[in-house]
Amino acid sequence: MSPVHYVALAVILFVIGGVGVLVRRNAIVVFMCIELMLNACNLAFVAFARLHANLDGQVIAFFVMVVAAAEVVVGLAILMAIYRARRSASVDDANLLKY
Amino acid sequence: MSGVLAAGGTNTDFVAEETIFWILAVASVGAALAMILVRRAVHCAIMLAVVMLCLATMYAMEGAPFLAFVQIIVYTGAVLMLFLFVLMLIGISNADSIVETIKGQRLAAGLAAIGLLVLLALTIGHAAIGPAPPQNAGNNVNNLTGIAQLIFTTYVFPFEVTGALLITAAVGAMVLAHRERETPRPNQRELAARRVASGRLAPDPSPGVYALHDAADRPALLPDGSTSELSVSSALSPRDPKQEPRFVPPEETLQITAESGEWEIAPSGGADQ
Repeated sequence: MSPVHYVALAVILFVIGGVGVLVRRNAIVVFMCIELMLNACNLAFVAFARLHANLDGQVIAFFVMVVAAAEVVVGLAILMAIYRARRSASVDDANLLKY
Repeated sequence: MSGVLAAGGTNTDFVAEETIFWILAVASVGAALAMILVRRAVHCAIMLAVVMLCLATMYAMEGAPFLAFVQIIVYTGAVLMLFLFVLMLIGISNADSIVETIKGQRLAAGLAAIGLLVLLALTIGHAAIGPAPPQNAGNNVNNLTGIAQLIFTTYVFPFEVTGALLITAAVGAMVLAHRERETPRPNQRELAARRVASGRLAPDPSPGVYALHDAADRPALLPDGSTSELSVSSALSPRDPKQEPRFVPPEETLQITAESGEWEIAPSGGADQ
């Protein structure tokens, strides 16, 4: 199996996640789409690690997972704080900083 | 599959790997598309779980068994459960609205996606990517030992920084999720005074319980046939707002007779009189 296939799949998943971030309104779903994009990046990292026959790509993917976990924890806590203040999880309702 | 997990790639694995790849690729792309199309956030979470499990299997096929298990344990196990917890806190029935609040947003998003796809596809097309070496070509002894050697030698400083990041994230989440009590907790005397001032001393009526709907989210029926909103806890909303309880006049209704002023059983249709 050529690494091209894996990288192409990663590209498709990344683009789908990007579309989700752009079109969805529920902030939790937006977060899930960001996770999808991070997963797609990880897949590309692992494919390139195999292509170059070293493990650096896998280590980077591992770090991406750790940082993604931290990001999700803080992001969901922010989401809960916003929900408590505004009673809504929609990204349209968090518009106080709009000019 | 055990051969795949043990990262012992040989040529006989090729056909199996290709077959598994195409199955997983179709499943993951389909689940990802469903993720951005379904309206309910819970269904999105399930679809994301499917994508993550597919990717975990692909990691195993690509000679990264450690990452495959980390993917399942950390992503599918921890991160997705966190998403589900927050979904339960915020409200599971929060469906996304179909209405497009920004005019032309979906069209613009689609165009941007096509542009990004073309850009990345051209980049891959121009790159000279050769055939893949065997799965275990990069491993020093085995996958786990190789990753451990890298993490604790070359990447030891980023690893330490990651620890600091995780502690900061945990403290930050605790600070953000903590709610400060702004008013002092009311004592019993204040609660009693508030209740007297509210003008309704009796406790709230209990919800209606019927033979068909033995549920606490059914409002009680008042004597005039209307429903009492007070009887349902505000935490519960009726599951189906269209399914309001109907007032069914019983065959025998209690009625106060004019002469004696006492309760007695009136015949059917007595409520109309």
